[in-house]
Amino acid sequence: MQNLLLIFFSAILVNNFVLNKFMGICPFLGVSKKLDSALGMSVAVIFVMLTATAITWPIYNYLLLPYELEYLRTIAFILVIALFVQLVEIILKRFVPSLYKSLGIYLPLITTNCAVLGVTVLNIDSKYGFGESLVNALGGGVGFMVALLLFSGVRSRLESCNVPKAFKGMPITLVAASIVAISFAGFSGIVEGIFG
Amino acid sequence: MRKENSRLSVLLNGIIHENPVLVLLIGMCPSLAITTMAQNALGMGLATTFVLICSNVVISLLKKLIPDTVRLPAYIVVIAGFVTIMSFALKKISPELNKALGVYIELVVVNCIILMRAESFANKNGPIRSAIDGLGFGIGFTIALLLIGSVREILGLGTWFGMQVLPEAVDPMTVFVNPAGAFFALGIIIAAVNFISRKLKNTGRRDTSVKACSGCAACPSNGVCGHMEGGEE
Repeated sequence: MQNLLLIFFSAILVNNFVLNKFMGICPFLGVSKKLDSALGMSVAVIFVMLTATAITWPIYNYLLLPYELEYLRTIAFILVIALFVQLVEIILKRFVPSLYKSLGIYLPLITTNCAVLGVTVLNIDSKYGFGESLVNALGGGVGFMVALLLFSGVRSRLESCNVPKAFKGMPITLVAASIVAISFAGFSGIVEGIFG
Repeated sequence: MRKENSRLSVLLNGIIHENPVLVLLIGMCPSLAITTMAQNALGMGLATTFVLICSNVVISLLKKLIPDTVRLPAYIVVIAGFVTIMSFALKKISPELNKALGVYIELVVVNCIILMRAESFANKNGPIRSAIDGLGFGIGFTIALLLIGSVREILGLGTWFGMQVLPEAVDPMTVFVNPAGAFFALGIIIAAVNFISRKLKNTGRRDTSVKACSGCAACPSNGVCGHMEGGEE
C-alpha cells in the first residue's frame, strides 16, 4: 500500500509528466488557455492513460514477452492506443452523445500525446506490476490535470499583462511555465519523506 | 535550373521559414526534454532526421496505395517501424547516447513534426522532393535542438560537448539543466527569433505567421490549439 501511495504521489508531484518529464507539452501549451477546455482535455487524458495501460501491460507481458517480440513494443503500443482512441470515440458518439460533445474534440489529439505512449512505455521500463502500472498511470494523469489547471490560471493572468512585443504569445508562456516548474521542483524529496 | 531552385527552396523551407521548433512551435517535447547537453541534442536531432527522411520517402511511395480514411494509422505504423530500426541502430552505435535519451527515443513516434510532414507534404509530393523536405525539416529540428542544448549546457554546466567553456571559477547556473531552465531557455530563444524576424521584416506583419497557420492545418491539435496567436499583433 505504501509503495502504491509513493508511486501515486511522486507521479503527481515529483515526476510530473508535463513539468518534469516534458511529455504532453503540446496540449499543455495549446489547451491551457481556458479552464473548461483544460478540464475536458485532462479528464480525457486520465481516462485514456488508465485504459491504455490496462490494455498494453497484458499485451507486453503475456503476448510480446513470451514470444520474444519485445522489439515490436513501439509499433504494438502506438497501434493499440490509436485503435483504442478511435473505438472510444465511436462508442461515445453512438451511446453517450452528451459526453462525446464535451470530450470528443480532445480524443483525436490524444493519440499523438506523448504522455499516453510515455506512461505505457515507462511502466514496462520500470518493471511495475499490473497494479503499480495502473496507479502510476492514474497518478500521471492526475498530475497532468493539476499542471494544466494551475497553468490555465496563470495564463488567464498573463493575458492582461503588457509584455515586450518579442515575448508575446509563446515565449512569455514558456517563461511562465518555467516558473510553475520551479514551484513543482520544491516537491522533490517531500513525497519520499512522507511515504518512503 | 528552375527545378534546382525549387528543390533548394524545399530544403530551406524546413530549415528557416518553417523551422519546426522555433517558428511553427511543434515538436516541443523532445526539444525541452533531452536538451540538457548539446551532445544529446545532436543525437536526438540526427535520429529524428533519419526517421523523418525514411518515413517521408516511404509514405510518398505508398500514397496511392493507402486509402484516405485510414491514412493516419498507416502513417503511424510506417513511422513506428522506422523508429524501431533507428533504436536498434542507436543501441549498437552508441549505447551511452541510447541510455541518455531513454524513453524519448521511442517517443519519436509521436513527434508531431514527422506526422505533419507526412500529412502535409509527403502524401502530395514525389519521393525525391519528400526526401529533401524531410532532410530540410530534420536539419531545422537539429539546429534548433543544438541551439537550445548549447545554451543550456554552457550556462548550466559550463561545458559544450563535454569541453570546459566557461572558466572553472564561474559557478554554472544549474537551474538551466533542470526542467524549469528548459522552459526558460526555449522561451528566451523563441523571443529572440521573433525579435530578429521582426527586425528583418520591418515592413508589415511577419509572413511566417501565415505559414505557421498552414502548418497548423495538418496538426491534430488544430481544433483547440491556440498557436495562431504567435504572430498576431
